[in-house]
Amino acid sequence: MNVLFRDLYNTLIEFLRTFGAFQLFALRIIRHSPSMLLSRFDLVVAQVFNSGALSLVIIMVSGLFVGAVLGLQAYSNLSLFNAEDWTGVAAAFGLVKELGPVITALLFAERAGTALTSEIGLMKATDQLSAMEMMAVNPVRRVLVPRFLGGFIAMPLLAAIFSMVGMFGAHLVGVELFGVDVGSFWQQIQLTVEMSDINEGILKSIVFGAVASLIAVWEGYNAMPTAEGVGRATTRSVVITAIAVLVFDFMITAAMI
Amino acid sequence: MRQTRSVEIGTGLFVLLGMGAMFFLTTQTTGGDDFRADSVYVVEARFENVGSLRTRAPVTMSGVTIGRVTNVAFDPQTLEAVVEFVIDSRYDSIPDDTDASILTSGILGSQYVGLQAGGSETYLEDGSQIMFTQSAIVLENLIGKFLVNAGSDDSE
Amino acid sequence: MADQSDNLIEIHDLVYSRGPRRIFDGLNLAIKRGKITAIMGPSGTGKTTLLRLITRQLIPSHGVITVDGVDIATLSQAELYQLRQRFGMLFQNGALLTDLSVFENVAFPLREHTKLSNRLIRHVVLTKLHAVGLRGAADLMPAQLSGGMARRVALARAMVMDPDILIYDEPFVGLDPISMGVIVRLVRRMNDALGITSIIVSHDVEEVSTVADYSFLLSEGKVAASGSPTELRTANSELVRQFMHGMADGPVAFHYDAPGYEEQLLGRDSE
Repeated sequence: MNVLFRDLYNTLIEFLRTFGAFQLFALRIIRHSPSMLLSRFDLVVAQVFNSGALSLVIIMVSGLFVGAVLGLQAYSNLSLFNAEDWTGVAAAFGLVKELGPVITALLFAERAGTALTSEIGLMKATDQLSAMEMMAVNPVRRVLVPRFLGGFIAMPLLAAIFSMVGMFGAHLVGVELFGVDVGSFWQQIQLTVEMSDINEGILKSIVFGAVASLIAVWEGYNAMPTAEGVGRATTRSVVITAIAVLVFDFMITAAMI
Repeated sequence: MRQTRSVEIGTGLFVLLGMGAMFFLTTQTTGGDDFRADSVYVVEARFENVGSLRTRAPVTMSGVTIGRVTNVAFDPQTLEAVVEFVIDSRYDSIPDDTDASILTSGILGSQYVGLQAGGSETYLEDGSQIMFTQSAIVLENLIGKFLVNAGSDDSE
Repeated sequence: MADQSDNLIEIHDLVYSRGPRRIFDGLNLAIKRGKITAIMGPSGTGKTTLLRLITRQLIPSHGVITVDGVDIATLSQAELYQLRQRFGMLFQNGALLTDLSVFENVAFPLREHTKLSNRLIRHVVLTKLHAVGLRGAADLMPAQLSGGMARRVALARAMVMDPDILIYDEPFVGLDPISMGVIVRLVRRMNDALGITSIIVSHDVEEVSTVADYSFLLSEGKVAASGSPTELRTANSELVRQFMHGMADGPVAFHYDAPGYEEQLLGRDSE
């Protein structure tokens, strides 16, 4: 029994230590962000491209299908009450407030986050980060901050694109497939959805963007410089991001109700 | 160096697309019925029960939105609900004996203020108070009345 | 020992541990200005760690390291970065930035630390690449280079800011004889032509001996022997002899610590 408690205690301490180190790391990255944004805008642009533009395909395809499924589910349930006109509203709320930010964040972690983690981990393993330090270039500024900014800027944009394409998917299902009147479909949405809903979605995607990018960069920077180490760090970055996103999602949703 | 140009173009397009999506979401999915006016004047109305009327709810006349609710408050002295709303200054010839009721849009819809024109020759202006008001219909009271009536029918 | 002012870098009583292992236990050595100094020793004696300590990427638990008479422990973050710009380092695998072309890799320090115009940068980069014989490879990506070529590019990069101290971390590992010969020649030429100080960390006794002016042999966290290559080759110490002549067994044992051979084999069988 003693051994069990001691193990738990050690794990707890280790968790706290890592968590604290992560907070300090995050502060460092954020502190350097504004100056890097101004001085090396080209690096940031390249990273926005890598994290954002290159994720477009999966985001748009997923958005389309998620929106379509929402439309499908909404229609089949609402038609029981003869309230088909509200199909678009159900899809809109689901997308803008929840699924847009959350699913985009999860997909982002999977596609862009893993790329960031493995790239940074590999640079660490092949001494590139060390080489930079030796050449008196701060690798945190040169490598980590632009990648963080790239993800942070790309995420809200991706989430918006996801929601927009999702609405289109819902429209395809509701209007084209099931014959809901296109006018009522969109009008009901416009009457019911408010700016505060959109703001909630945007706030979420901004928070998720920061969280996902920080975690991806952190895991890469702290990976063991071996093939196995980088692989493990990549997996961890997705898993931890997913959990963090869901936790924050709950907190923000609860706060905005 | 060669790669940078296409990267820049790609990023630019991506960001444009993202902003476009946000623009789409904010304009195409929100408040189509939103009331927007260059100048407005403030009018007050007192109700016994405002139901679930919220601020930003539309104020309509003949079914057309001409204003919106800006404040719902409670007067502790007169024990009434005080609703403040603004009307587009273009509509400056609303009789001051106009009736204001709290109505529900549709069966499950949200509540709004509906104005029914009176016949007076003086008009509402900034700071006026509407004298004739109809409170919101509270479903429970309606059912209660119905049951009471049904009950008294039976007992005859 | 030579006159103190001849020493560009001095290390006094260095102590450094990694976890339970004491890597350096009172190390003392000096790097002479303008010469090629080799630091040799069996694998795992912490030669690369020593380089990191000299550039203060790592901090010792005890001891003083001075560069040009200045204790590097007293330097501020900014002064440290200034100091590091005096060093050029050639990493074990080249450590080229994989997302940049050869040209961009060599240009990297210039872009980061100077505001030179593109034309000037081009001029400097191509000159350095020419010095290592790879001017024609300027547009290739690191993945397309052979090991030897990558290392030469890394050398060009290490030199691009005209450092006065060049550090080579295992520059000969994994190279074919021709490439090795090229690197050896380059090391000597750079050092003499540019009047810089070179430090080579290596366990390749043959190659290093052809190029070093003075060598230190490390073992057990201290200097086991030092001297010119000829002095070391004819040394009396068993350890030095084992190392210099590549003998399989000696003070550095062949057998990893294990229980008695017979007992382990027969003991099992008789169960």
